[in-house]
Amino acid sequence: MNKPLRRIAIFCGLLVLALLVRDNWLQYVQADSLRTDPKNRRVLIARYSTPRGDIIVDGNPITGSQKTSTDSLNDFAYKRTYKDGAMWAPVTGYASQAFGASQLESIEDGILTGTDDRLFFRNTLNMLTGKQQQGGNVVTTLNAGAQKAAYDGLQKVGGKGAAVALNPQTGAILALASYPSYDPSTFAGNSTSTDSKAWTKLQKSSDPDDPMLNRALRDTYPPGSTFKVVTAAAALENGLYNGADQPTNSPLPYILPDSRTELKNEGDIPCKNAPMRVALQYSCNTVFGKIGADLGKDKMLEEAKKFGFDSEQFTPVRSVTSNFPETMNRPSTALSSIGQFETAATPLQMAMVASAVANDGKLMKPYMVDKLQAPSLDVITQTQPQQLSQPLSSKNAQVLQSMMETVVTDGTGKNAQIPGVTVGGKTGTAQHGLNNSGKPYAWFISYAKLKDGSSPVAVAVVVEDSEANRGDISGGGLAAPIAKNVMEAVINSKK
Amino acid sequence: MSSSTNTTTHHTSTIGSIGTPSRRNTELALLVFAVVIPVFAYANVGLAIDSKVPPGLLSYGLGLGLLAGVGHLAVRKFAPYADPLLLPLATLLNGLGLVVIWRLDQSKLLQSIKQAGDKAPNQLMYTAMGVALFVAVLVFLKDHRVLQRYTYISMVGALVLLLLPLVPGLGLNVYGAKIWIHVGSFSIQPGEFAKIVLAVFFAGYLMVKRDALALASRRFMGLYLPRGRDLGPILVVWAMSILILVFETDLGTSLLFFGMFVVMLYVATERTSWIVFGLLMSAVGAVGVASFEPHVQQRVQAWLDPMKEYTLSRQGVAGHSEQAMQALWAFGSGGTLGTGLGQGHSELIRFAANSDFILATFGEELGLAGIMAILLIYGLMVERGVRTALAARDPFGKLLAVGLSGAFALQVFVVAGGVMGLIPLTGMTMPFLAYGGSSVIANWALVGILLRISDTARRPAPSPAPNPDAEMTQVVRP
Repeated sequence: MNKPLRRIAIFCGLLVLALLVRDNWLQYVQADSLRTDPKNRRVLIARYSTPRGDIIVDGNPITGSQKTSTDSLNDFAYKRTYKDGAMWAPVTGYASQAFGASQLESIEDGILTGTDDRLFFRNTLNMLTGKQQQGGNVVTTLNAGAQKAAYDGLQKVGGKGAAVALNPQTGAILALASYPSYDPSTFAGNSTSTDSKAWTKLQKSSDPDDPMLNRALRDTYPPGSTFKVVTAAAALENGLYNGADQPTNSPLPYILPDSRTELKNEGDIPCKNAPMRVALQYSCNTVFGKIGADLGKDKMLEEAKKFGFDSEQFTPVRSVTSNFPETMNRPSTALSSIGQFETAATPLQMAMVASAVANDGKLMKPYMVDKLQAPSLDVITQTQPQQLSQPLSSKNAQVLQSMMETVVTDGTGKNAQIPGVTVGGKTGTAQHGLNNSGKPYAWFISYAKLKDGSSPVAVAVVVEDSEANRGDISGGGLAAPIAKNVMEAVINSKK
Repeated sequence: MSSSTNTTTHHTSTIGSIGTPSRRNTELALLVFAVVIPVFAYANVGLAIDSKVPPGLLSYGLGLGLLAGVGHLAVRKFAPYADPLLLPLATLLNGLGLVVIWRLDQSKLLQSIKQAGDKAPNQLMYTAMGVALFVAVLVFLKDHRVLQRYTYISMVGALVLLLLPLVPGLGLNVYGAKIWIHVGSFSIQPGEFAKIVLAVFFAGYLMVKRDALALASRRFMGLYLPRGRDLGPILVVWAMSILILVFETDLGTSLLFFGMFVVMLYVATERTSWIVFGLLMSAVGAVGVASFEPHVQQRVQAWLDPMKEYTLSRQGVAGHSEQAMQALWAFGSGGTLGTGLGQGHSELIRFAANSDFILATFGEELGLAGIMAILLIYGLMVERGVRTALAARDPFGKLLAVGLSGAFALQVFVVAGGVMGLIPLTGMTMPFLAYGGSSVIANWALVGILLRISDTARRPAPSPAPNPDAEMTQVVRP
């Protein structure tokens, strides 16, 4: 019987060998793909096992991490907390155990959780010394005072709206507010009783106001009369008129080209043959409609694109594309040139328009992340300001500045005046919806200029005018005071 | 010159079994390691989870040491020539199993679903019962050949044990497999005991019938075909396995018993044709049953595509389980060296994390290195068992030893292969490692029987009785 016994011994050895081979396949060859499989809960457990790095504004964290209660079923150790979550939500996005992360929290997730490749060396060192992996910090360019002014102003008006403030010289985002907003800490955990309920309540399906929409970056509005700044820039750049004060030879009433429709002004304002300065001061639809029609679609489109229309911006949080129509007939071109028809812009886009004018024609790339810090606070990367384009020459920019300053000193934007500071601006009101049935949006874009000629801030504010008050007055009445407070906050923080 | 001397020396040493060392001191030395290693592992778990040496360390160490000591003394007294490796290896596996069961007891998730919490003390109690049975086997089974007398009683006993889970009111249906019975507050897996009893029956039966089975055959295409009437026993065992598969829906037990029988039949008859028949019949049986038994089909599906099974389970489709995928993730997350004891997340396997799936915790926390070590320990135990069969002098002992070792090997393969996704999952547990009284107790008895056979095999032959005729014999020279 010994011969078959020896064979059985070999057979048993082969069984063990098969298991050994399988185990090597599983724990060596396939180990990495199994370990990092996103459905493997260990990936999430590791992610929430250490405090998340912070997002920092003006040297203070606006986020935090909280040890979660270690009850039986929660295997995530830390959850995100937010200070003034609703105010900062458009900047931070959210980081939730149950619902993942969005916007800045998602884009810089690697740094915040500490898994980024740029932290690899430190992590390896930590592993060897037995220290826990730590997350780094994201230092933003935002200005706490300006953000508070923007959010408080929007909250006071109470309609849907957004405000963006930029540093024209660098493109740094100083304020980025959206209203109504949400507090991301309400659903940062993974409890089905509280977090899931809070999340469901914030969805558009249960709240028609869509509080989780980042209106500053992710929603477009017809820019209305604020777009006349772009049209004026196009006129100056293309040499249509010689300066701001040359009469424009525009008729009143003005019939849209190739049609019998009359383009009307709001109220009885001196628009006949008005020079551009006066036309901007009173916000003449007729004058800028004619300028757009005279320049033609291609030249208008070229100028709009230079200001950033028709492309997404990455701040690094993505903003949606602002639209200036690429195909349209002459009457539509005239309408588009006064910010109607299909023209639509994000608040960020209109802030970029104001900032380019304020920065003597140079458009800087907007950004909100100043630098990324390692857990040791060493700087990993520092964002360098970058010029995006030059929509208008320095000389023309100064002409346009003087026109916008007239709007604030003598025109529709008087509410934005700041003593001792030169302010240039433009109001706007945009109807929308079928037969203009929607509540109109009140716009105000502006910049402030200090005595030394430097321009520290450019702002765009849009709010839904619940009074449904037509005319430029609402832009000046509702949006301009918010813009003024934001600009003041920035100027005061410089002192 | 010197080489010829060596050859001579070597030659004489293989002939004489007189003076074979008992190796009891080797066993004792190995046992020290087998106790100390789990004690360190236990301390390691406590340090990893609570950052302090667990308070139960001393009692755990003393408990395991005491059981090992009792086992060793029993062997020293009642089976002094037994194999020196089996007891330490079993002790090591049992000790490591206890550590990991205790480690899973600390998981709040498993506590909340009543899969852990107080299992380690229970397992220690089962281990004590197992060692008691082990000692009882050594004390009362003076000679394994006694078992030969109970061949047919064993057959009846095995059938009863196998059928018990089907008795209404006694059987338990645990996640589809009906291999449990309920006695008071205990649940027992009779299959674990049936394994040993069946091995006794097969060994007794085959010892008697082997000549008939081996010799009366016709040669056809290089194979010796058995006579039709000799096919009877294999058909009966085959039918029994199929019945287990159909009525208890347990692929593992079914495969184990049939595999054990084929192995023993092959050893008894030395006819390869039986292996061929065995493989054919198990293939026909498995495919046949799988064609109409949804539980078996589902196990195969889960094996072929564990991710799909996971997704279905997550979607709440009834009858699906995410365990297979969770086990694979546990192994993968462990990688080469593992996370370290107490630092993994194998509680995600939830149900049966400390029994059927305990190997996944080892995989995650001790890594590839740990699993390879454990598989090699099992391999070593099996080979020591087969070595015992080789050394045994009587055919019954040979068959019993190879049957028990083969069943042990098949069980390890079926369970570890199932958990690692090599073959479909079955409802059996890793011998000694997994939580469960039946398994631990039955396997200690199994080791006891192997030690008894090995003691008989290695015991020096009694010196020949003085022959009264010796002096009377005259040498007649031509």
